[in-house]
Amino acid sequence: MCLAVPGRVLSITEVDGTSMAQVDFGGVRKEVCLEYVPDVAVGEYVIVHVGFAIQHLDEASAQETLANFERLGILQEEFGDGFTRAAGQAGADR
Amino acid sequence: MTAELDFENWTCPVPLRDTPTVVMGHGGGGAMSGELVEHLFLPGYGAAGVATEPGRYELADCAVVPAGDARIAFSTDSFVVKPMFFPGGSIGDLAVNGTVNDLAMAGATPLYLSAAFILQEGTAMADLARIAGAMGAAAQAAGVRLVTGDTKVVDTGSGDGVYVNTSGVGIVPEGVHIGPGRAAAGDAVLISGDIGVHGVAVMSCREGLEFGTTVSSDTAPLHGLVAAMLATGADVHVLRDPTRGGVAAALNEIARTARVGVDLVERDLPIPPEVSDACSLLGLDPLQVANEGKLLAFVPAERADEVLAAMRAHPYGPGARRIGTCVSEHPGMVVARTALGGTRVVNMPIGEQLPRIC
Amino acid sequence: MKYLEEFSNPDLARRLVDQIHAVTTRPWAMMEVCGGQTHSIIRHGIDQLLPEGVEMIHGPGCPVCVTPLEIIDKALAIAAQPGVIFCSFGDMLRVPGSSQDLFGIKSAGGDVRVVYSPLDALKLARENPDRQVVFFGIGFETTAPANAMTVYQARRLGVPNFSLLVSHVLVPPAIAAIMESPRCRVQAFLAAGHVCSVMGTAEYPPLAEKYGVPIVVTGFEPLDILEGIRRTLVQLESGRHELENAYPRAVRAEGNAAAMAMLRDVFEVTDRTWRGIGMIPGSGWRLSERYRDFDAELRFDVAGLHTEESPLCRSGEVLQGLLKPNECAAFGKQCTPRNPLGATMVSSEGACAAYYAYRRLDLVQIS
Repeated sequence: MCLAVPGRVLSITEVDGTSMAQVDFGGVRKEVCLEYVPDVAVGEYVIVHVGFAIQHLDEASAQETLANFERLGILQEEFGDGFTRAAGQAGADR
Repeated sequence: MTAELDFENWTCPVPLRDTPTVVMGHGGGGAMSGELVEHLFLPGYGAAGVATEPGRYELADCAVVPAGDARIAFSTDSFVVKPMFFPGGSIGDLAVNGTVNDLAMAGATPLYLSAAFILQEGTAMADLARIAGAMGAAAQAAGVRLVTGDTKVVDTGSGDGVYVNTSGVGIVPEGVHIGPGRAAAGDAVLISGDIGVHGVAVMSCREGLEFGTTVSSDTAPLHGLVAAMLATGADVHVLRDPTRGGVAAALNEIARTARVGVDLVERDLPIPPEVSDACSLLGLDPLQVANEGKLLAFVPAERADEVLAAMRAHPYGPGARRIGTCVSEHPGMVVARTALGGTRVVNMPIGEQLPRIC
Repeated sequence: MKYLEEFSNPDLARRLVDQIHAVTTRPWAMMEVCGGQTHSIIRHGIDQLLPEGVEMIHGPGCPVCVTPLEIIDKALAIAAQPGVIFCSFGDMLRVPGSSQDLFGIKSAGGDVRVVYSPLDALKLARENPDRQVVFFGIGFETTAPANAMTVYQARRLGVPNFSLLVSHVLVPPAIAAIMESPRCRVQAFLAAGHVCSVMGTAEYPPLAEKYGVPIVVTGFEPLDILEGIRRTLVQLESGRHELENAYPRAVRAEGNAAAMAMLRDVFEVTDRTWRGIGMIPGSGWRLSERYRDFDAELRFDVAGLHTEESPLCRSGEVLQGLLKPNECAAFGKQCTPRNPLGATMVSSEGACAAYYAYRRLDLVQIS
């Protein structure tokens, strides 16, 4: 379930007393309801599911997670090349 | 205990038993459409139909038939797109380019088109005029003439604006034999440019799904591009424009008809970011999204570079690239190597592609 | 799309897979609860990259699959009524009821429309005051806030011709039910990331404790799933069973307060029958007393329908992780996405459909 994607808030308005935003998903634009993230600002990222922002996307956290993945590689030499073993099992080329 | 899986019977063995009526999926260009032809229309046509052997027939968009010394390519297509006007074009452009391309995929020089209209009572004259104008412009650009047609009107509520059918004829040059049955293991699989563009453009203005995008339909006549490819002297085996059902449907049909397998490399698929983003938003597979001004080609591997160069030199092929290889393994199946190094089977789409929430 | 593509990076995936192999010394079986995670695993071939012996059991996290047969039949009955505009997410259109699906109803003249958001259905209701507009409100906790807001707006803006057919299901009771099942082989869970974006993580530590299973909140992109699996294996190998959040960019421990407040107002907990599994107590939400007048089940006369599953379909066992789709005798023969017998084959996320759509070459070698 839960096909939800991150998008950037471009503008915030009110429609019939409801907080709505134009959100940019890398070039695709869609109108999104912001009632559940009342403290979001233009330029920030939100996670959107069926036309609703359900949570903020924490950019710093995202960068940190990616940096952690980068750091994992440093340990590769110690532990050996698991990927090649896995690829071999799957019958894939490297 | 694993059930034995017989690949030949992979799809539902009992045709159409579950749908006593026609449903939208039958028009989706996927497995359901194919079954309707194979299990209802062709048996109905009997000896007057085109089965090449009992139980088998070539799924091609265009028929090549003898007429005296010449070979005539003959094709028909109906256009029911909603909305009628979308970024980059209209139902008029599609109606002309679609049939021109069906003829081009047989290697033919398109010559003459018919245009038959089924109009819903109440359709705005201004809209109809726009469509006719678009058809005229597209026909001029493609170098074909609209020589005959028909007009019918149905009650409000029976249709949805404008339905157009175009049929077309062209001449297949001597020595040109292009068709899905010619796909051969070892062939390079080429695409002439970015995929998923048309489908995203149309979806972006469909009621209930609207979203803003810069994507514009890629509708275009491709016979010039085909001529450039053939001018290299390469023996082009298969040409197919991946319209409804996308690249997935087209490759699966070819694989099934020629009893070959196709291996794709996901990393090599030219999917523009706007298409990929729209598909992520709606939960669609770009390989199943419709294309218009694009073609797939199966060519002998040793001529692939030459053919690609010719494509890239043509206005409708600057983004041409190789996306895979025709193989003798897993006949009838299209398999993609994922970016992570795993494999996944690219299935024949079933019916209409719908956005998912999950 | 920013913050999406980066999490598919093949080089980083490689590193995560290396780490997974490095930490694994024995066989383990873990369950990903969310159908979107199942879809992603099979779509990218992630399970093919795991060590021999690490098994992903696909869970019942597909709301389409588990929507009770009775509700599907009610949806069909409502959609067939004249004057009704029945709106639904695309996924639901091919789910088979006792005798047909929403596509069949549409074919027979019913006004069935696909929408991206429940707000689109509300818009339709305001534009068509003389028609009854019904929205099919299925989903897990992720989708419930959207449905809740829509019915809240319907009341606030005075849209009496709108109603909601509700069938929400909840993840924590499902986890408990799976662990209570006698044939259960699950040793750990990847919790559904976007469910936790809404609900937070508070419900999971008691489950981890009670059943002795690691529970790792996991996202949906390839790197997220690999990281969720990696952290789970680290816990399993070291004998721990805790809650961990491997999706911190989208999940906060406290969840989304505004959404949870709306959910408390609009919905109340109820027993729910999961299709193919059975009744799980307290595992669903229905409209609360205050919003009962927007309940489509009450507004339309759809009681007393005869419901009956195909005897061949073993969706329930697949959903509980007791059966792999390719172990089902009907899989790929009588039951295909083209002609689904059960809900797990219908939904693009259902385990059977995911297996079918992305089936690996090893499954189709004719022996």
